[in-house]
Amino acid sequence: MARVVVDPITRLEGHLRIEVEVDNGVVTDAWATTTLFRGFEIFIKDRDPRDAWHIAHRICGVCPTSHGIAATMGLEESFGVTPPDNAVVIRNLMEAAQYQHSHILWFYALNAFDYVDVESALSANATTPALKAVQERLQAFVDSGQLGFLANGYWGHPGMLLPPEVNLELAAHYLQSLDIQAKAARALAVFGGKFPYHMSTPPGGVTVVPTIQDVLNYEQIMKEVNDFVRNVMVPDTLAAGAAYIDLAKIGGGVNNFFTWGVLEDVASRDPYKRALPRGAIFDGKLSVEKVSPDDAVEYVPHSWYTAESGGGKNPGAADATTEPEYTELNTDDKYTWTKTTQIKDKQMEVGPLARMLVAYLSDAPGAKKIIDDTLSALGVPGQVEVLLSALGRLAARPLEAALVADKMEADLALLKENITSGKGEWFTQNEVPESGTGVGAWDAPRGSLAHFNRIEDSKIANYQATPASNWNFSARDDNGTRGPVEEALIGTPVADPEAPLEILRVVHTFDP
Amino acid sequence: MQLDISRRDFLKLCGGTAAMLGLSQAWVPQIARALEQAAERPPVIWLAFQGCSGCLESLAKAAYPDIATIVLDVISLNYVDVLMAPSGKRAEKSLEDTVAAGGYITIVEGAVATGIPEAMTIAGKTSEEIVKEVTAGGAATVCVGTCSSYGGVQAMRPNPTGAKGVGEVIGEDKVINVPGCPANPDTMVSTIVSYLLFGKAPELDSRGRPTFAFSQKIHDHCERRAHFDSGHYVEEYGSEEETKGYCLYKMGCKGPETHSPCPLTLWNSKQNWCIGCGNGCIGCMEPDFWDEFAGFYDTLPDTPIPGFVGVKTSADYVGSTLVTATVAGIGIHAIASAAKGRFKEADDAGEGSDD
Repeated sequence: MARVVVDPITRLEGHLRIEVEVDNGVVTDAWATTTLFRGFEIFIKDRDPRDAWHIAHRICGVCPTSHGIAATMGLEESFGVTPPDNAVVIRNLMEAAQYQHSHILWFYALNAFDYVDVESALSANATTPALKAVQERLQAFVDSGQLGFLANGYWGHPGMLLPPEVNLELAAHYLQSLDIQAKAARALAVFGGKFPYHMSTPPGGVTVVPTIQDVLNYEQIMKEVNDFVRNVMVPDTLAAGAAYIDLAKIGGGVNNFFTWGVLEDVASRDPYKRALPRGAIFDGKLSVEKVSPDDAVEYVPHSWYTAESGGGKNPGAADATTEPEYTELNTDDKYTWTKTTQIKDKQMEVGPLARMLVAYLSDAPGAKKIIDDTLSALGVPGQVEVLLSALGRLAARPLEAALVADKMEADLALLKENITSGKGEWFTQNEVPESGTGVGAWDAPRGSLAHFNRIEDSKIANYQATPASNWNFSARDDNGTRGPVEEALIGTPVADPEAPLEILRVVHTFDP
Repeated sequence: MQLDISRRDFLKLCGGTAAMLGLSQAWVPQIARALEQAAERPPVIWLAFQGCSGCLESLAKAAYPDIATIVLDVISLNYVDVLMAPSGKRAEKSLEDTVAAGGYITIVEGAVATGIPEAMTIAGKTSEEIVKEVTAGGAATVCVGTCSSYGGVQAMRPNPTGAKGVGEVIGEDKVINVPGCPANPDTMVSTIVSYLLFGKAPELDSRGRPTFAFSQKIHDHCERRAHFDSGHYVEEYGSEEETKGYCLYKMGCKGPETHSPCPLTLWNSKQNWCIGCGNGCIGCMEPDFWDEFAGFYDTLPDTPIPGFVGVKTSADYVGSTLVTATVAGIGIHAIASAAKGRFKEADDAGEGSDD
């Protein structure tokens, strides 16, 4: 038995260290350590509640739009204000653009080098002038002797299974994706001012009053992005998925999933009717249960926080707190900055797979068809349980992007109709209350996030956030039950501990 | 240097840089020549500490040149945790090899945790240890974003982790600060290219910011400025006044006190900017803006309203003339020198210089 430490895990947002025990070439135990603490819950206290959404927005620069919107939704609850329909549509359109941006960035920039051997692409038979140009560009890059961010990659690893021609095509799409993800961000800026960190969604609605030209500009940019999703990213997923079908045998995880739901149903504002609806799945049973932010509880048996920061409190409780208390990194004791965050005392996986499973089982529009079609294409028709794996997580993101494109088009039609018919409500006037509580429960591309706020004396008296990483990188609980990423690593083969490509694959499927 | 990008994109880069630096387009051929004649792409180490990856995300939205051109053709980005192929020991090898070779530019995103050093570690080292080790041997250190420049969001009162800007840790005279939350991609690219071209930091203000970008205030070039001067204000979101593009001063806009080139650079391929979407500026390019400008929706005190005591003049406005003169006096060096570490200022030559 040997301990293997991978630190840093690269190609993610944030800072992550993974330690595993390897026995006969297979992972038998695992510890996930997040190595960053900033203290949002502490410095947001006593602030003007109207400022809170700007501050909480800064939790993540890759999924900022989701944090900004969730923070505002929570504040709207405590302010007692309801945003008008048009504001909800604009927020949906910004969120949808961020989803496309994030899923494209994840599939190519963050994930592809685990599967695509760039060196092998150089020996491919380039069948088109465009592929030839990409190959020549890569060859010139390699010939320069300066491999930059590609140096020391896992090229030639026995786990790399794609033929040179597919590697070249995916390398070409990698380059194309860099352009496309910037375009999705540009569309978001039409309504948000800029990305990262849009500016247009304070409590009450949106500050932007778009013209029909703005809407058409967004639509025109996103058309190219959605075409890329449907015609490039989804086919690439099927091509890679077929070659790496053995990923269905690893990366399973805790088999408990949930999502708060994302992309609002404008008419009902019902979280169970969102495009990706709210719901939870327990113990791998293919049925959906209701779930509420009140169900979330936090513990700190293995996290560097004071005892008062855990204890099974709901983050919305008046005495919920997040006070750091660093000791040392010891996998037998405390080893991470992430709390153990649970529902019904179970470790919960969040993210695209959770959302797609809940959408499938809730029969959300489009979900059943796209998942059934994918299972057939992969040669496992009807076998949804195959998706409870690294393969399922890999496939869920591009498939979800296709559903997001559908929802975006429906929202655009609604917005155009409202603008041309003169339905022009964008903002509901409001005031900071003397006191109040609220929670914004929404999903970032990488998973569920909830922002809990409590206002007293017209100031923020308490603010606790449970972003996606709190769930997926949850530490062991009191009973020693591993968190989702830790559990997913069990059984992962490691061919070469010096080049732990398989570990990266499993961790990256969570979009850390 | 092998420049395998299309000529048109490359000239856009040179043109954009010239404009940003206050140079006329007549400089474009000289900038292009200097970049092309370099023997190798300058090595760059991107360190990410207490932050959110938002500044790298912002750079990835650069239009001229795009991020693929930047990482394949302009610089050699040898260490960047968000994008690099290897992890763990192999990633650390990329860092160690680059540091050993010297002559690199260090770009830092995120703050350094000094109060609780273990609040930010990579490969078992604290951010303070890493930043000191890596920057000591480099040719230059560029801090992108308000976090690495001044501490940023986590340095808000009461700053629970003792977050500090890089300059506070290694010396304010050793850094170029490109603040913003996030930093603007055009400003980041122009600062780096300017450094590569002229072999030294551009002229900096008292807070370490390049004057070519930060000498003017949002208010000086705001598209809504005429409405400020005419006394036309938005007083409610979603109102008729917003559709007319009236001034956001009364809604709390911090533009009158914020040094930033935003009205000129804009964001996301010049698609829009904060004020363009109807929310006032929150001052994200100013040091300590999270505390100093808290109450983002409160009207800024002490800004004279036109027609009352007259329009406030921009006493600290610096035109492009000064910068142009400085640049002309230096002349353009070949970029190859940067890669070999000759670009260190005379007073600290010897540390990390290999020639």
